[in-house]
Amino acid sequence: MVSRSLAVGFVFSALALSVGSASAQDVGSRAPAFDLAGTPKQVRLADMKGQVVYVDFWASWCAPCKQSFPWMNEMQAKYAARGFTVVGINVDQKREDADKFLVNTPAKFAVAYDTTGKIAEVYQPKGMPTSFLIGADGKVRAIHVGFKDSQREELEREIQSALTAARK
Amino acid sequence: MRKLIAVATLLALSVSVVGCGTVQPWQKGNLAKEDMAFDPDPLQTRFVEHTYHSKEGATGGLSVGGGGCGCN
Repeated sequence: MVSRSLAVGFVFSALALSVGSASAQDVGSRAPAFDLAGTPKQVRLADMKGQVVYVDFWASWCAPCKQSFPWMNEMQAKYAARGFTVVGINVDQKREDADKFLVNTPAKFAVAYDTTGKIAEVYQPKGMPTSFLIGADGKVRAIHVGFKDSQREELEREIQSALTAARK
Repeated sequence: MRKLIAVATLLALSVSVVGCGTVQPWQKGNLAKEDMAFDPDPLQTRFVEHTYHSKEGATGGLSVGGGGCGCN
């Protein structure tokens, strides 16, 4: 009797644990849609259909994120005309924290606020920052965790190849 | 009695399982705060360690003490 209840208990606990972990995004899979409040306006992935989108998950408390902003500004300015968009999804629980960060580290690209973490839950970024390069076909082409200045060129090459693939 | 133990075990299990949570990478805002750092000010730490070492040098300070006499 006791052992049977124990077994049932273990099954329940295993179930409870497994519910907590959603599946992570993989390269080649369709990028999940999002619709978030943002600056300068609402940010929807659906609105960027046919474009190469660089989705970057960042937080105000994350130091490498700060480093990545000038680079993302540069990329946005350089490739916007070729159908490239940068979207910075902020995962701070308080929007004020993000806005304070943006005063000192201006973003010249769309910023979306995921204060509840529901989109982060879907995309499952492995660290801060994590970027997802989404091709014009709406599929995830590359995932990058962290940001180092030494990775700038490699990341830019990936953007270029995504844009080349989009033209075909 | 047995049933009671079973129910209690089940309860304890479910409560302990609910208590287990994973802090996701995007939820580490509070952990990233300066107050949460093990050593928020390295200079201050060096200073404190220096004082401690000069006061407690006889017992080895912050490192392994002893001059081989076996008294520490």
